[in-house]
Amino acid sequence: WRVGIAVIAKENYPLYIRSVASQSELKFHYTVHTSLDVVEEKISAVGKSLGDQRELYLGLLYPTEDYKVYGYVTNSKVKFVIVVDSSNTSLRDNEIRSMFRKLHNSFTDVMCNPFHNPGDPIQSKAFDGIVSGMMVQTG
Amino acid sequence: MATSQWDLPPELCCRPMAFVALTGLDVTYNAVHRAIWDAFCANRRADRVPISFKVLLGDHEYPKCRTKRTSYEWYIPKGILKTGWMNKHLNLVPALVVLFYELDWDHPQWKEKQSECATKVEIVRTSLQGRNTKVAVVLIQKKTPLPPGEDLVASERASTLCNACDLSGKSLFVLPHTDHLVGYIIRLENAFYEHAHTYYYTEIRRVKSHKEFLNKTTHQLLFVRHQFKMAFFSELKQDTQNALKYYRTSYSLVHELRTHETNILEIKTLAGFINYKICRLCFQHNTPLDAIAQFRKHIDLCKKKIGSAELAFEHAAWMSKQFQSFGELFDEAIKLGLTAIQTQNPGFYYQQAASYSQERKQQAQQLCQAAVNYPAPNPLDNLIGGLDFYGQRPWRQGHQSIDPPDTEKEKSGIVALQIKERNVPHSELIIALLSNAVAQFKKYKCPRMKSHLMVQMGEEYYHAKDFAKALKLLDYVMCDYRTERWFALLTSILTVALRCAWLMGSVRDYTLYCMELLGRASTLNDEQKSRIEKNFMKVLENEVPDAEPECDPSSVNAATALWNDCTAVTGTKELHLEVQDYVPFIQCKGRFISPSFHVDQLILIQVFLRSDGPHPVSVSKLSVSLSNQDYNQWCVEESTAHHNITLFPGKPKIFDFNFVAKIEDVGKKIEMTSIELMLGGANRRLLVVSWRGAGGDVASAHEALQASRSSRRWGRSLETDWDCLSLQNSTMIISRVPKISLQLSHQPPALTNEMYCINITVQSHEEGVAKDVRLTAGLKPGQDANLSQTTYTTLDGSRVCDHSAPPLLPDVHLGDLHPGEQLQTSVYVKCVSTGSRVFLFHVAYTMDTLVEGRPLVCKCHKDETITIETVVPFEVSMKFVSTKFEALDQLPVDIPFLLITDILSSSSWPLLLTSSSLQLLHLTTSAPQLDPQLNSQIHRVVLQKGECATECFCLRCPPLTSNTSSTSPVATGHYLISWRRQSSCSDSPQITTSFTLPAFVMEPVPVYINADVPSFGRVRESLPVCYYIENRTALAQEVEMAVEPSEAFMFSGLKQVRLRILPGSKQQMLYNYYPLMAGYQTLPQLNVVLPRCPSSSSSHALRRFLPQRIFIKPQGQPADDVSIAA
Repeated sequence: WRVGIAVIAKENYPLYIRSVASQSELKFHYTVHTSLDVVEEKISAVGKSLGDQRELYLGLLYPTEDYKVYGYVTNSKVKFVIVVDSSNTSLRDNEIRSMFRKLHNSFTDVMCNPFHNPGDPIQSKAFDGIVSGMMVQTG
Repeated sequence: MATSQWDLPPELCCRPMAFVALTGLDVTYNAVHRAIWDAFCANRRADRVPISFKVLLGDHEYPKCRTKRTSYEWYIPKGILKTGWMNKHLNLVPALVVLFYELDWDHPQWKEKQSECATKVEIVRTSLQGRNTKVAVVLIQKKTPLPPGEDLVASERASTLCNACDLSGKSLFVLPHTDHLVGYIIRLENAFYEHAHTYYYTEIRRVKSHKEFLNKTTHQLLFVRHQFKMAFFSELKQDTQNALKYYRTSYSLVHELRTHETNILEIKTLAGFINYKICRLCFQHNTPLDAIAQFRKHIDLCKKKIGSAELAFEHAAWMSKQFQSFGELFDEAIKLGLTAIQTQNPGFYYQQAASYSQERKQQAQQLCQAAVNYPAPNPLDNLIGGLDFYGQRPWRQGHQSIDPPDTEKEKSGIVALQIKERNVPHSELIIALLSNAVAQFKKYKCPRMKSHLMVQMGEEYYHAKDFAKALKLLDYVMCDYRTERWFALLTSILTVALRCAWLMGSVRDYTLYCMELLGRASTLNDEQKSRIEKNFMKVLENEVPDAEPECDPSSVNAATALWNDCTAVTGTKELHLEVQDYVPFIQCKGRFISPSFHVDQLILIQVFLRSDGPHPVSVSKLSVSLSNQDYNQWCVEESTAHHNITLFPGKPKIFDFNFVAKIEDVGKKIEMTSIELMLGGANRRLLVVSWRGAGGDVASAHEALQASRSSRRWGRSLETDWDCLSLQNSTMIISRVPKISLQLSHQPPALTNEMYCINITVQSHEEGVAKDVRLTAGLKPGQDANLSQTTYTTLDGSRVCDHSAPPLLPDVHLGDLHPGEQLQTSVYVKCVSTGSRVFLFHVAYTMDTLVEGRPLVCKCHKDETITIETVVPFEVSMKFVSTKFEALDQLPVDIPFLLITDILSSSSWPLLLTSSSLQLLHLTTSAPQLDPQLNSQIHRVVLQKGECATECFCLRCPPLTSNTSSTSPVATGHYLISWRRQSSCSDSPQITTSFTLPAFVMEPVPVYINADVPSFGRVRESLPVCYYIENRTALAQEVEMAVEPSEAFMFSGLKQVRLRILPGSKQQMLYNYYPLMAGYQTLPQLNVVLPRCPSSSSSHALRRFLPQRIFIKPQGQPADDVSIAA
């Protein structure tokens, strides 16, 4: 894939997973899942020192040969993960940050929908649209 | 695992140490030599200098030194680094050769010995022709040497020996063979180390000096080589800083070389070597970030240098090795104290190494299929002794031009390599690397990464056809993905596991995975699910299921045979599967309708089943097991010919079971222990699917939580609401509701010590006879322990109970109670202390009832509690006063005094005081001879609340006997009051409450003066007063008496008199007073003095029993007298 976006519930199960190119979708799932190790570690490390005041953006989670994994955690411990190809060097940290912010805003809208049950997989055209936009932009 | 082409050579990976050769030692037969050699070898810890020693023969042949090149002008190098070079300088060419020779300074044949030594030195020198290797001589001596300068013979002979051997004085050593061998050896080896240092220093200088002869067009390879050699010599010299510098230069030079298809392997090989050295030194210098940066640079530079497309697998293999060696270096550094972190640990390098190995395997599969015949002659079978240069092709060694010399040979070489690659155990390599990575990620808190790698390991085992190991690993990690609800990943793992299970012919695992793949956690499409369901049905029918697609065709036949074997056995084959920890396609939820049932109610159980599979499933039996197995018979539902249980996809089915609880189970919990579902049937395969407790599975708890959060509360049916169904796996059996009423009537508060009456009325509302009614009444257990000792309960209200009565009366039989009738009884409680108490009234009985036509003997009971306050009925105060009503602080002996008691009622109910009495101790009535018994003055007195009754008794202390002490207080007796509530009936018992009279000190009175005075006088009428003076002492007493004049009286009699009174006798003095004024008048004061003992009794003390005043009536009219008399 060239880019993938995932939203993970507080309990670490997937709420939304989407990647460009479907043949390696499984690998994308694994990548997101393994990145939760680092996310969990970062959350617990921050929780110990600073209490509730923490930066939502976790930055680059870990480096690999093929791709870069970025993480973001909302205050309700919902995680966003963006995976981009390592060869994509044009993306700056700031752009990743703003992607996460956009994603968070859209996610908040989904949560505000009275017909959405928090904890259920996200099924929202608006959210899909935002994610698709990002995929096109970065991909 | 055999060493492969890609492994780094051991001489590269070791730590280079200066090489020193020892000659002239016979370590086999000479004990002294052996000891010396051992001292060199043993205990080579970090504090010893880094030298590698070797014992060689004196005439050992060292590698020949080629003639030194004088010009590089026409020289074209054939490769970068010779394969033997490192080993040569580590193990073959010494920095120093030491000749050991036994010779004492005073040896008799000194001359001969000296020349023999010189010859030996010469032999060594000859074989080192052309090398800069140093030579040193050690003389092994038996005698301890004298201090330097004192032994003139020694210094002279030493210098001649040096001349004879052509040695400098610094190269001649003496080793006395005495006690301190190890100390001498350590000094020797330090000296050797310095010599070695000098040797490697000159070697570096020598190599450096070549540089000026080289040109950049033809000698590029030599630039790399020379830098490498300088670095290596620096390492041998233990100068790691410079070594690192040279290696870095060498590394940048190697990438400056022009690359083409024929030399790319050589360049990568050397780059890999140098990179390894750099990283190793960086870790050694404790700069791990430099090591990581170098490695990243290395990978980035080399990643794209794939080389020949037909040998792409070689590049992957090389890459894998790069990552693996770096991981090992990293790991090694951690073992030596480096700390790694979660996102930067050796695991990532092992993982990447594994990933390149997987790539290698894929490429090998693609590229190596075509090659058929191994070419002859073997292009890989080059000259004996292997390759001359690292990283070159055997069929064209030393070739450095862009095009291969022979295209035919090139082709056959490639084919040979491809065929060789086919035999590489790729899976084994991958699994080893993955397992290394797993160990690391486990250490650095990456459980998910670990699981992911284990999945890869499992899949690799599957590819390697080790299905059992594959299944074990996959099964182990599956539950992590299941509990974390990553169902897409779970499905993928299950798919591989299903294939493994099929290929192994494992019916149990195969069935289990089928059930989960058909379930709601599976992300398979309907078509795939239908196929799996078909296979699942085949298992139930005891047929061989179809092979899974993508199974390796070569394994299918063997697996089919396994399946045939296990289906061939006749009869019913039972297979038990516990599915609670999975997400099976049949869901089961059980519940008791209520968390508790009365024993006379029917207990209802509902079991809900739902199938998520694509097609209907028939069930042959459903049963629920309960903690009391006697009920299990009621909880079975079986499919029969007429009644077939079929589960339709997505349509929940409800099964109702009911039974009547046993009377023994009252107060107990009934639990569902398991629910079992049977699929298949006789003579086929019988699949027993079971759930522990009340069912549910791994996913159902989360679904229930989501359902409870859901805001969609409308339009609910069982289908949509399936997730909401909550489990209720246990119920309490509680006793039948009693249909009787229990009424208590009493008059609180209770009074201390009284027999407090509580009337109990039991009224039956039952339709049948309540048999064997029993009452338990009294203090409720579990209160303050003191209360149970101060409370007595009895049924007998006619007399006051004693201490033997219990606080709680158990099981008082009241007989049978017919419908609508009532029973009455009374319980009496005696509370000895005040305070509040809780009383329990428990009525139990048995009933014969019918539950759903079945007779049942029920025990019922009804409890009632009341809280009763106990208070004191009245308070009593008692005081002793003199006959003049003056308070007494001591009781005068043998003189009358008064006891006054006040009884103040504090009871809210009227009290009837029936009588009172005194039990005297040391006291008597005032006239014991006349009136030995006192009469109570409160016979049948009724006191309302706050009212007070007072009694007065005249008492006297009898004369003291000699042994009674007069200084300590003496108990005076008890005051007893008999009473009861006025409201209680006349035959109810009297309660006697006792009060202790205060204790007093007895006071003897030696001289007692009293007076006989009329109760009143009248103005101007004679008033006769008689004084008595009694001597109670054993001595005759002299008494002076005088009467003082008074305004109110005239008197006649002795105004002043002096008397003598004998012991025990009494003197009477008569006066005639004549009152002058009316009203209360003070009598004329009588002064009494005892001159014999003035101190013991003052006049005042003697006077205290005398009346002081008297009432004088005015002179009255005769008529008044009459009226008074009337």
